[in-house]
Amino acid sequence: MMDILNILLSESFWAASLRIATPLIFGVLGALLCEKSGVLNLGIEGIFVAGAMSGWMAVWLGAGLWGGVLVAAGAGAFFGLIHALLTVPLGLSQHVSGLGVTLFATSVSYFTYRTALPNVSSPPRIEPFRALDVPVLSDIPFLGPVLFQQTALTWLALLMVVVIWYVLYRTPLGVAIQAVGDNPDSVDAQGLSVYGLRIGAVVAGSALMALGGAFLTMSAFDAFFFGMVNGRGWICIALVIFASWRPGKALLGALLFGAFDALQVRLQTEVGAVIPSQAFLAAPYVLSIFALVVAARRADYPRALLSPWFKGQR
Amino acid sequence: MIRIEPRSAPSRALTLGIPVLSALIALVLAAVPLAFAGANISTAYVEMFRGVFGSTFAFTEMLTRATPLIFTGLAAALAFRARLWNIGAEGQLYLGAMAAVAVGAGFLDVPAIVLVPTIILCGCAAGAAGMVASTALKTRFGADEVVTTLLLNFIILIFLQYMLEGPLQDPMGLGWPQSAPILDQGMLPPLMERMRVHSGLIIALVCAVVAQFMLTRSVWGFKLRAVGENAAAARHAGIPVNRTMMSVAIVSGALAGMAGVSEVAGLKGYLTADLSPGFGYTGIVVAMLAGLSPVGVVISALFIASVFVGADSMSRAMGVSSYLADLVVAMSLLCVLIGGFFARFRLARVAPAKGEVA
Repeated sequence: MMDILNILLSESFWAASLRIATPLIFGVLGALLCEKSGVLNLGIEGIFVAGAMSGWMAVWLGAGLWGGVLVAAGAGAFFGLIHALLTVPLGLSQHVSGLGVTLFATSVSYFTYRTALPNVSSPPRIEPFRALDVPVLSDIPFLGPVLFQQTALTWLALLMVVVIWYVLYRTPLGVAIQAVGDNPDSVDAQGLSVYGLRIGAVVAGSALMALGGAFLTMSAFDAFFFGMVNGRGWICIALVIFASWRPGKALLGALLFGAFDALQVRLQTEVGAVIPSQAFLAAPYVLSIFALVVAARRADYPRALLSPWFKGQR
Repeated sequence: MIRIEPRSAPSRALTLGIPVLSALIALVLAAVPLAFAGANISTAYVEMFRGVFGSTFAFTEMLTRATPLIFTGLAAALAFRARLWNIGAEGQLYLGAMAAVAVGAGFLDVPAIVLVPTIILCGCAAGAAGMVASTALKTRFGADEVVTTLLLNFIILIFLQYMLEGPLQDPMGLGWPQSAPILDQGMLPPLMERMRVHSGLIIALVCAVVAQFMLTRSVWGFKLRAVGENAAAARHAGIPVNRTMMSVAIVSGALAGMAGVSEVAGLKGYLTADLSPGFGYTGIVVAMLAGLSPVGVVISALFIASVFVGADSMSRAMGVSSYLADLVVAMSLLCVLIGGFFARFRLARVAPAKGEVA
């Protein structure tokens, strides 16, 4: 018990929690934006892979770190556009189209990586984002190491929480996006484009998801591995429901998740001899299912989620 | 102005033609990544074709590859018909395979006539249990089965690693994470001498025919389709929606579990953590390409298996990444989705006179 308390009070634990939460923050925000407009985006897992691979490869080819971030966002937007076109104007099954995008984005990324690097035994490394060492602030006890020694991408993720919240709740555009996910007919009646709003939300959301992938190869690690996304996208889909489609709660959910994951890694070294390591490995997925079960009935679903809308047809 | 309008009833030619056309378009589109990889495109297609139809061995390899895909394709097709989104066939496949080695690798030393059915039954039950768990979370708590089945896939894979390093590990396996081999009399017999194709294929074909019959001719199939088309209306008509969902979950999970049994007891003999290169996920593509028709699943599984086997042999011969096959499979799913749209809708010019406008 003392051990757990010691872990919970340590700076490195909270710093790790925020680091682990970062890709999930991007992913949850992206999924939230798509779903707010009424479109479930199961392409998220593949878009994570595409963001991780394309961002890494851009840096490896010499684009610079922020160039890599832009490339990753662009790749995410591209695959998001495919999903948006299939599900919005064509009104196809969002489940199947999303899975199709995941398969497509994953196989495009793997094929491209293998074609560019046919015979490498160890994956080539890039110089990843460094921790920002903010002069005075990072010397604050506790808060300094936790908040001010993270990389720029973590800060971007936290900034995006505020941006997405502000856009959704404080701008006409955000009100329109929410309306199109609740009652597209009313949006159409106001002369706004249902298709335009939904496609835009899905493309922007997918770009955000891809940044989650880019964080993995450009900040958490410095190389691309097959299978490195490992279900993080699906976890984000569960977290959005847990967060009941609120950006603030989404941040909270991702942080809780990060804290839990950081805790299990530390506990594993403490009690690893008693409990098989696989129990710890499975914990994040079990936790996601649990969160989903707890939140599912109370969640405030966008009312038009999953329902296609056709112009001139009610 | 172009407008989308629904067709009154999609013609038979369209429902059959569109999947075939989509598959062909996806194959043609493979030329893009091939060109990107710098391969000679016509040689690549010839190599792919020879990799499937070039020899008896190549052809039976394709049939061997198609066998698990028929099972997972059926698992997805039946569930999707009832709008039960079972994306967990990958995990259910491993549950089936684990159950198969648990009873078949020495635990029961009985004659084949008892052992083979026991292995099949246990494998199917394990797969079904996986899907029943997700479905219960859906009907009890409203937890979306897409997310729970997807997450369960990861949990089951981790559980598999644990089992292969612990209770199920082969004591004679020099510490490798693999199970003991299934007893000889527990194996599904091969269909041809010196070939790997096994009687799992026959079971798969029988399952497809039975599923087709049950879906279109039985009361159960009627309930299943009613729940899938409109759950609220089905409930109003007195159909027990949750119970129907649960029965579909059992059948769908059992079929996915059977894919694991067939791979482990028909082909490999023992279980490792890389038994399935994503058969569960590919089964979804197989089902969609088949228009969710059980008999169609057989044909589309043969096609997808040809893509995998052909691309594998082509990539060995020409040094192109074998991820090409996954790319073609993903593209056929996207193509058939778009194709399905044109089967149900047509683009019509909005003209003053309402007539037949193509």
